[in-house]
Amino acid sequence: MPGFPMLEVRGLHARYGAIEALRGVDIDVAQGEIVTLIGANGAGKSTLLMTICGQPRASAGSIRYEGRDIAGLATFEIMRLGIAQSPEGRRVFPRMTVEENLKLGATVADVKHYDADLARVYKLFPRLEERRAQRGGTLSGGEQQMLAIGRALMGRPRLLLLDEPSLGLAPMLVKQIFATIREINAAEGVTIFLVEQNAYHALRLAHRGYVMVNGRITLAGPASDLLANPEVRAAYLEGGH
Amino acid sequence: MTVPAMLRDAGLAALVALALALPVVGIRTVDTGAVLGLDYRFGWVAIAVGIVFGGRLTALLLYDRLPRGPRRIRTKGLAGRSRTLVRYAAVAFIVFAAALPQLPFSDRYVVDTATQVLIYVMLGWGLNVVVGLAGLLDLGYVAFYAVGAYSYALLAKNFGLSFWECLPLAGAFAAFFGILLGFPVLRLRGDYLAIVTLGFGEMIRILLINWTTLTGGPNGLTSIPRPDFFGLAFTRSPAAGETAFHEFFGLAFSTQHRITFLYYLILILALVTGWAVERMRRLPVGRAWEALREDEIACQSLGINRTTTKLTAFAIGASFGGFAGSFFATRQGFISPESFTFIESATILAIVVLGGMGSQVGVVLAATVLVLLPEVFRDLAHYRMMVFGLAMVLIMVWRPTGFVTQRTPTVRLSDFTPDPGAAR
Ligand SMILES: Nc1ncnc2c1ncn2[C@@H]1O[C@H](COP(=O)(O)OP(=O)(O)O)[C@@H](O)[C@H]1O
Ligand SMILES: [Mg+2]
Repeated sequence: MPGFPMLEVRGLHARYGAIEALRGVDIDVAQGEIVTLIGANGAGKSTLLMTICGQPRASAGSIRYEGRDIAGLATFEIMRLGIAQSPEGRRVFPRMTVEENLKLGATVADVKHYDADLARVYKLFPRLEERRAQRGGTLSGGEQQMLAIGRALMGRPRLLLLDEPSLGLAPMLVKQIFATIREINAAEGVTIFLVEQNAYHALRLAHRGYVMVNGRITLAGPASDLLANPEVRAAYLEGGH
Repeated sequence: MTVPAMLRDAGLAALVALALALPVVGIRTVDTGAVLGLDYRFGWVAIAVGIVFGGRLTALLLYDRLPRGPRRIRTKGLAGRSRTLVRYAAVAFIVFAAALPQLPFSDRYVVDTATQVLIYVMLGWGLNVVVGLAGLLDLGYVAFYAVGAYSYALLAKNFGLSFWECLPLAGAFAAFFGILLGFPVLRLRGDYLAIVTLGFGEMIRILLINWTTLTGGPNGLTSIPRPDFFGLAFTRSPAAGETAFHEFFGLAFSTQHRITFLYYLILILALVTGWAVERMRRLPVGRAWEALREDEIACQSLGINRTTTKLTAFAIGASFGGFAGSFFATRQGFISPESFTFIESATILAIVVLGGMGSQVGVVLAATVLVLLPEVFRDLAHYRMMVFGLAMVLIMVWRPTGFVTQRTPTVRLSDFTPDPGAAR
């Protein structure tokens, strides 16, 4: 299954002032994979995604994307290399319509793909097409999540970073979103790095997984192994699903 | 609200009134020949406090839901009822504006006042790029107006350039100053940005006062070339070898000609501004401005360059201020730093806020109200500004988010379904 290495993170450190949020993180994501990172609140998962995107900057270590060191680039330059992020908290543009949000997602893409991409996103999320003239801020939580993912896809990414897409959603909706993520990966060949607190669903979806505690990776392996691991079960799955 | 609570509230208002009225109404200086004496008028203070107490109590009793803190925002605004209403309003405005000087009631005063309104419309549309679209609170916009005015005056006086030659140069100078302001404030938002822009506006004004050799200092610049109509001057007796406007068209000389010409000039400039801003809003750069206002982090994660987006907003907003400044200079024929004080920035900002932050039609309404109100109340002399302030307060109570609260989407949808929760 794994293709060539797409993302290689080595010994990554990042800090907010005096707080060291990442303390030597190693992550590998190969082309075509779904890799998940699970961990408790405050472990540093979002910080890792943000650092990959250049904010905050890595204080030590390296980030290679498709073989190229991107740790020194500005955020907008990184996002033009084929990386897209659906950020924590969705961050859709509240006063803009669904379609305007999607149009902004296409900023880094060639305009000639716009119509086809829009149709593609509407096919993945028919709900968004129904709501295309509605303002982002008036969408429900699930719809906003769909919009955040759809907006990221409009940039035609090869690597899609997802930060807690299941947060605050009803179980039915979580299933639906995760099924769509699988489809994006399988049908469109987009590599996915998924950050989640919902460990059960994330590990069932992913090929491989990492566990982060206090800014360090403590466990790594095939998702099915992690799902069976007693430590993981005790810390992240008991009382879950 | 219970009655004791209302009494307490009214009492508090009366206390504030007392604190204000004591020095303002209570003490008056009288000229007793040799020295300046003081005259105490505590009776008047008592009356003022009484009026405030009674007024506040009545207001509370009439409806005990005077706006306090956040409140329900109307979704049905002027434009909320129907999207097409905005388009009709725009067409009606243009037709009316174009016909205005020919209408029977139009005299010099009417056209002059309308010109004043249009200057503010243009400035409002320019500032709207920065404040309304990009969401960058700019309290020093008048600086760009000043740069435009002085650019025109100096270029026209020293190099004999015509108005149309100066216009792009003035816009470019203003844009340059916009970028100059933009760089240091790239990382600032909200209050901090407001303070720095406020300081920038003052810096430009103080520079104009002190750079006497170039700007004439506090005395300003006089005999700035007036505009001509494609080479035809608006004078009774043109210089040798030149033809005056009235001669060319075989009309009797009238000072009204120039005033009407200036009116149409600013109308064209303002319409071009409005059209350009509306166009830009639909281009990637304009959409990026609005996205930046909505969410800076999301914006960057979509590959939008924050630096260039902010700088283009400052530069383009400033260049419209510069164009308006050129017009101001050629219309007045005289400029001095007095014309570019903070109160001008505040007025233009008030137009944008009152108009509804980002709404083009709202700016027209607000500029009209803000220019006409003081004119209408001219007879009230001293109380003019008080009535003006009162009107502003009432408008903000009635429409806390401005005249036109609905943002028109920039993506056209063929089968458009109206959106239920449209405003904000
Ligand atoms: N902008 C910030 N400024 C300062 N500290 C932050 C900031 N964002 C996150 N942190 C801190 O960094 C640590 C990791 O946070 P985060 O990456 O958001 O965790 P997670 O996404 O795993 O819940 C936490 O201790 C958090 O308080
Ligand atoms: Mg997080």
